[in-house]
Amino acid sequence: MTTSNYATERETTEGKVFTVTGGDWDQVVAGTDPINDERIVVNMGPQHPSTHGVLRLILELEGETVREARSVVGYLHTGIEKNLEYRNWVQGSTFVTRMDYLAPLFNETAYALAVEKLLGVTDEVTERATTIRVLMMELNRISSHLVWLATTGMELGAISIMLYGFREREYILDIFETITGLRMNHAYVRPGGVAQDVPDEAIVKIREFLKMMPKKLKEYEDLLSGQPIWTERTKGVAVLDATGCLALGVTGPVLRSAGLAWDLRKTMPYCGYETYEFDVPTHPDGDVWGRYLVRLAEIRESLKLVEQALDRLKPGPVMVADRKIAWPAQLAIGVDGMGNSLEHVAKIMGQSMESLIHHFKLVTEGFRVPPGQVYVGIESPRGELGVHAVSDGGTRPYRVHYREPSFVNLQALPAMAEGGLIADVIAGGASLDPVMGGCDR
Amino acid sequence: MTAPNDKNNDGGVPVPTTPAGASTGAPAEYPPSSPAGRGMFGMHGSGDVSGYGGLVRQRKPIEEAARPYGGYFDEVRDALEEAYPAFGDAIEKVVVDRGELTLHVRPERIAEVCQVMRDDLALRFELCSSVSGVDYLGADSRRLHVVYQLTSMTYRRRVRLEAAVSAEDPHLPSVTAVYPTADWQERETYDMFGIVFDGHPNLTRILMPDDWEGHPQRKDYPLGGVPVEYKGAEIPPPDRRRSYQ
Repeated sequence: MTTSNYATERETTEGKVFTVTGGDWDQVVAGTDPINDERIVVNMGPQHPSTHGVLRLILELEGETVREARSVVGYLHTGIEKNLEYRNWVQGSTFVTRMDYLAPLFNETAYALAVEKLLGVTDEVTERATTIRVLMMELNRISSHLVWLATTGMELGAISIMLYGFREREYILDIFETITGLRMNHAYVRPGGVAQDVPDEAIVKIREFLKMMPKKLKEYEDLLSGQPIWTERTKGVAVLDATGCLALGVTGPVLRSAGLAWDLRKTMPYCGYETYEFDVPTHPDGDVWGRYLVRLAEIRESLKLVEQALDRLKPGPVMVADRKIAWPAQLAIGVDGMGNSLEHVAKIMGQSMESLIHHFKLVTEGFRVPPGQVYVGIESPRGELGVHAVSDGGTRPYRVHYREPSFVNLQALPAMAEGGLIADVIAGGASLDPVMGGCDR
Repeated sequence: MTAPNDKNNDGGVPVPTTPAGASTGAPAEYPPSSPAGRGMFGMHGSGDVSGYGGLVRQRKPIEEAARPYGGYFDEVRDALEEAYPAFGDAIEKVVVDRGELTLHVRPERIAEVCQVMRDDLALRFELCSSVSGVDYLGADSRRLHVVYQLTSMTYRRRVRLEAAVSAEDPHLPSVTAVYPTADWQERETYDMFGIVFDGHPNLTRILMPDDWEGHPQRKDYPLGGVPVEYKGAEIPPPDRRRSYQ
């Protein structure tokens, strides 16, 4: 570890590389001559309402045309992967849920699947727990796509859709609150199953939602699909074909909008997705319009999946039977928030010394995970969400790396933006649906 | 949880054999999760005379898998062996664990191997899903591992490539020419582990500030942290707290 590893501007085979930390801004600007070559360098972000969070773009413009675009990320880096190494395996759920804050249940499920694979208990996860995971993930996919629709609409000047999108998303967050106790940052899906069972009132709410949502989707389409400004701003804009997507590692709706029906739920199924009936929507054009249509269609498919998952919910345990892994207590909502149920507290404090010891050991020390490494990929609303988890045999993760679709997909922004108009940078960036919390972790 | 093990006695101190956590049967020897790999709680010089402070964990070597590997793993290996003449020289080890295939590749060969993995018709790993690092501090001199997760969309297969370099000479070729998607991911790996990918078009920090010192995901990176004082007692940073190893 030497201090010479500083990243500064330097000459490379590709030309001069700037780090653009602020200190060398004058140099960057001096690199162009605004009078003779009519190129100007524009900084956009990191605080900008249409960059989808703290994303910073450095654009070299010639008139209205973007000649070069570079994105700068890292403003939301919170060191979650490093933090995980100092907490036990169960506590990890609480960290990973905070990465991609629009799709917390995907982060949790991917983590839980990885830990279960390391433990070798994948087959022991109960059917009800798996079905609940599918149910929650698909609801989460809808809420995430709704936020995409809302923010993208707003960024392109359609303010009404922003209000509608967030309104319906709020309904889903209500459902989440009923089930997990929290609107976001649930830590609900845990290694071995889920934290607690789905209450009956949540089922009623989900059924209501299923009844209401198709009408709302129709409303969105009436509002946007035929609207000339919307079509002008999206059709043929920020095109990226399937070859480009694959080279840049872009997955998810963006890849499917380029015509390739690659959806991990179909192609490398997990959580029993192979037993559900749903389609993978695609679009041939690979433009923002296609991504809009694909995401709307995916909301419909997710509604189908939620309905099927609801029908499959049979009573049963939601945690693996292995007492060495499962959380010892049932969780319950008390006056002071969620905690171990009162019966459990009465048992460990008043009746069974062994239960107390067991509880204490599992909660403070945690379970041990046999040494090894696994990689688990699931289809998040933004593409392949991969977890590479390494255990050294201890009670804490040795290393967990998230392959975040936001992070990988953002690399495609220059390919989409360069040569286009500056206004289309916004449309293209928004169509990638980056969530900076996930990107920077 | 510390049943004595006669075989591994080290200075009369018993080595833990039965894993405390899993009925699934963890191997008896754990590699250390603290750099020192010593002691039950990762504490030293605390005046602990219980004996637990003297525990030493053994690191289990990664074992080469025996043929047949099962599944598509044999096909992948055969196809690579056929398409890549330098297979014997480049592939150090083939490991199959938990239904996943890992090819340990000599670091200087990684770009070539990726090229073959992508282009050969029988392999077709079109997508590089992930590039990241792991720091196996204390394992051997080549402690920094770069891990590539390759996905074949044609055959719906996954393979992991792993290349190990030392902290003193953390160089290996960049695979960005083969997989442009590795660009940011190699930058992140450089940022977090200080692994230098030769031939990368723009190897700068990406998540940490540009003037940051050191590489935070390395296991010997000091966490620092502000000790919290409460009534005269101090709570140390997480890596120096007493915790289960």
